[in-house]
Amino acid sequence: MSIDNVALLPAYIAAGTALLAFVADLVAPGRHRVVLAATAAGAIATGVAAILVGQGDTRATFCAGQVGCSYVADHTAALVAALFAGLTLLVLGLSAGAVRRLPPGEYCFLLAASMTGGVVLGYARDLISLIVALETLTLPLYLLVGLRARVTPETGAGREARDGGDPTSRLASAQGSFTFFVVSVVSSAIALLGAALLYATTGAVHFGAVNAALAGNPQVRDMPLTGVAVVLLLAGLSFKVAAVPFHAWAPVTYDGGPVPIAAYLSTASKLGGVIAIVSLTSHALGPSLNLAGPALAVLAVLTMTVGNLAALRQTRMVRLLAWSSIAQAGYILAPLGGLALARGRTSEAVGTAVAAVLGYTFFYVILEVAAFGSIVALRGDLDGGTIDEYRGAVRRSPLVVSVFVLALVGLAGLPPGLAGLFAKVVVVRSLLSGGSTWLAIVVALNAVIGLAYYLRVAAALVGPANATSPAAAAPAPAARRWPVLAALGAAAVAAVVVGFAPQLVLSAVR
Amino acid sequence: MTALLLLTLVLPAAGALLALAVYKRSDRTARIIAAVAAGAAFVTSVPLYWHRSAAGWVAFQDGSRPLAPITPWHEINVSWAPLIELRFHIGVDGISYPLVVLTTLLTLLCCIYTVWRVPATETSESGQAPQRGALLSVLLLVIEIGILGVFLALNLVLFFVFFETVLLPMYAVIVGWGGPARRVAGRKFVLYTLLGSVLLLVGVFLVVANAGTAELTTLSSANSHALAQVPQVAAFVLIAVGLAVKSPLWPLHTWLPDAHTEAPTVGSVILAGVLLKMGTYGLLRIAVGVLPDGARKVAPILGVLAVAAILYGGLACLAQTELKRLIAYSSVGHMGFVVLGIATLTQTGFQASLIGNIAHGIITGLLFFLAGAIKDRAHTGDLAELGGLRESLPRLSGLLGYAAVASLGLPGLAGFWGEAFAVIASIRRGGTLWAVLGVLAAFGGALAAAYFLRLLRRVTHGPATPVVAGMARAQIAGYELVSWAPLVLLAIVVGLIPALVLGMAHDPIQALSEVVRP
Repeated sequence: MSIDNVALLPAYIAAGTALLAFVADLVAPGRHRVVLAATAAGAIATGVAAILVGQGDTRATFCAGQVGCSYVADHTAALVAALFAGLTLLVLGLSAGAVRRLPPGEYCFLLAASMTGGVVLGYARDLISLIVALETLTLPLYLLVGLRARVTPETGAGREARDGGDPTSRLASAQGSFTFFVVSVVSSAIALLGAALLYATTGAVHFGAVNAALAGNPQVRDMPLTGVAVVLLLAGLSFKVAAVPFHAWAPVTYDGGPVPIAAYLSTASKLGGVIAIVSLTSHALGPSLNLAGPALAVLAVLTMTVGNLAALRQTRMVRLLAWSSIAQAGYILAPLGGLALARGRTSEAVGTAVAAVLGYTFFYVILEVAAFGSIVALRGDLDGGTIDEYRGAVRRSPLVVSVFVLALVGLAGLPPGLAGLFAKVVVVRSLLSGGSTWLAIVVALNAVIGLAYYLRVAAALVGPANATSPAAAAPAPAARRWPVLAALGAAAVAAVVVGFAPQLVLSAVR
Repeated sequence: MTALLLLTLVLPAAGALLALAVYKRSDRTARIIAAVAAGAAFVTSVPLYWHRSAAGWVAFQDGSRPLAPITPWHEINVSWAPLIELRFHIGVDGISYPLVVLTTLLTLLCCIYTVWRVPATETSESGQAPQRGALLSVLLLVIEIGILGVFLALNLVLFFVFFETVLLPMYAVIVGWGGPARRVAGRKFVLYTLLGSVLLLVGVFLVVANAGTAELTTLSSANSHALAQVPQVAAFVLIAVGLAVKSPLWPLHTWLPDAHTEAPTVGSVILAGVLLKMGTYGLLRIAVGVLPDGARKVAPILGVLAVAAILYGGLACLAQTELKRLIAYSSVGHMGFVVLGIATLTQTGFQASLIGNIAHGIITGLLFFLAGAIKDRAHTGDLAELGGLRESLPRLSGLLGYAAVASLGLPGLAGFWGEAFAVIASIRRGGTLWAVLGVLAAFGGALAAAYFLRLLRRVTHGPATPVVAGMARAQIAGYELVSWAPLVLLAIVVGLIPALVLGMAHDPIQALSEVVRP
């Protein structure tokens, strides 16, 4: 079997980045800048390699004769890999302060290792590669969330009491990490069970072969066991996007970990789950969409409604964003719910739905990074604090607050956050062209609930400072480093650009 | 001339950015910049009237029949995002032109007013923060862009984008500069109207996804086959409900009285003067224009709701004890006449709705300016505490009387035509239902006379209340006169020469009414 090393190049570089971070920490111990710069360079190289490889024809490797290939480098995979690299780069930028107080070598290594999983995920075309890639993406994150318990006080800063050095926040961090771990293990087991059952009924692991087995043999397709397999597999994967019923880990985990890691969890990790579900539904489960469709529709409706309703009552900033990101996962999955109808299952409609999912995700991750980046810039990187503590923030840092408000309004789907508006438009349009008017109306009504809490946060940011709220929300000294502001600026510029030129995103994801 | 079209949108944006750049140094300079930008936008919007028709550069298109309901005088058509059928396609014609000019005029007047008078805010009262009047001017300009965009858009998706643009700036105006209960009112406004616009979104894409195009010029031409696939009634109901929240149509109006009562004067003027018109304009151009089959089926329901709004608005006004709230409820009634005109689906009805839109914008804009002036002086809007205004402020109460009489539809003033035509159109439409609706609407018009006369009796006549007697004899200031005078004049000019508005709209309206002929 010949191996196409060019196709594998992005994965090689991503894995090399992880090693590089480790080596850099060994060579220059304690020099967090060197480690950070090395990892960032690796992330850039990964993204560039992915784009260059994606420019050419579709490459495939690890092929096994008739059944198909395990690793396919097409345009979509290149886009996914580049997106993962970009998100990692932005999160590294936001971590510029965090790595001063957390062990930099471990931090950057784990982040790069997680990125490797994400990069491979886009290329994976069999059940085993897919699950291994997804686990590679997730495993390092348990540790990253738990790292906050190991925070070291910054000399002379004297802020560690609030920022994570105290027992309560150590507890929060351990709790977050542990919850994440337990839910993740359970959901991985469920996904594996689903994959195993699917293998048992179809006798194949490669997506193409699974698809052929399901399509060619209606008996297999209509077997109850196949149905169970499909639903288990999708339910297990829905953990990664923090969809109901595997959503409860998100608020605890986001709030327990360092803020940049929460940003990574709500963007890159969620993107991973989306890619896994999209690859499966579009490449492998095509003939079983009559089963997968309704399951995804129910999942989407529950996710967006539960997420939005719970977010209404949150008082802590990161928890609110966590619940809101659960709701956003519902919008992301909604176009796939359109597959429930026969009219939504024509190959053209599936293509539209997949493009809508990817398009929405693309718009969403940019806005989400901008929102979390603003928290880092306003409040510091170890603890998001309560919403009350942000009151009147506009007086101190008008620019950061403008970016934050733009991101929040975008997540709500309204101008001037045009990126978010077009994201909603893409989802609704896809649903309506598939005939799922009811689901489009559910999405639309949820957007109204969403605005209620996004506006609450935005109003707190720009409103007058509250006399009872501690004015101590001044940024941690570590939080205002230039990489943080650069990452935030990049996210803001990206949000504005794709807002005015949505075509860039929409044509990329087709 | 197409450059002017773009300039009407670009100038307010440029003014807003410039004002933002300088407001830290001098709030007043920034407000003046905003007013100048609004003035420039007004100046560029007026000459849009001159356009080339078959006979050359003339204003009226006599003789030559337009082929489609939308024949833009000037247009810009650039691709934006083809994958979601979004094109930057804007244009102006006889139906949108009066509304465009009304928008630029009212924004200009509000910006001028804001140069001299910034509504008090919580922070500026406590002395914590400097006046933020420039931000108010900037928001007014942003709202102007959104409203103009709605009137100019010739692409459904673009229409929706502009429709949404208005939402948050208006919320910020209410919450930032409003009265004591502004937060609740602002929240109600923003969530309610977002509910409307998300339904509009679903309706718009129900059309776009099925027809495969979002171009209004294609969608609303009589021989369009693109619409064969569209579930017309469902799309019409979604779009109409979405727009009815904005108009607002009874029973979806409940956000309006709160929003008006709490909003600062300029906010109320823009809200009543032009923002509500986005709903009725959309109803005419999008809902009826694009979905004639749906319109024919749903029109009777729309008509019943419109008459309910007229009667409800009138009765509610009779029970109001607060000045701005009363005017707000009177808007519900007036917009009911506009919707009734549209619901008849006749040429007369459409003309009634067009002139009703314009007249309501002029007169209610003026009424809110005057109510704001009274509340500024008396520090209360409670009708029980106001009285005998004629004694202390003769000119102001005279103007209030003029505006109220114009609003109740006295012949010779602008308010008359819309209401009279709507009633006539309804009765001429034929059938028992429409005849009854026409009669009830006429009765609603009489209610308007009752409540406005009650308002005048309470506020201007009678003995002076302690509040009014204790009021400083502050006469009308120069800036107030400047911002009110154009509206005072227009109310009588449009009242005497309704052809100013109706003449240019004759052809598109006729074409539209032929498409939807019941």
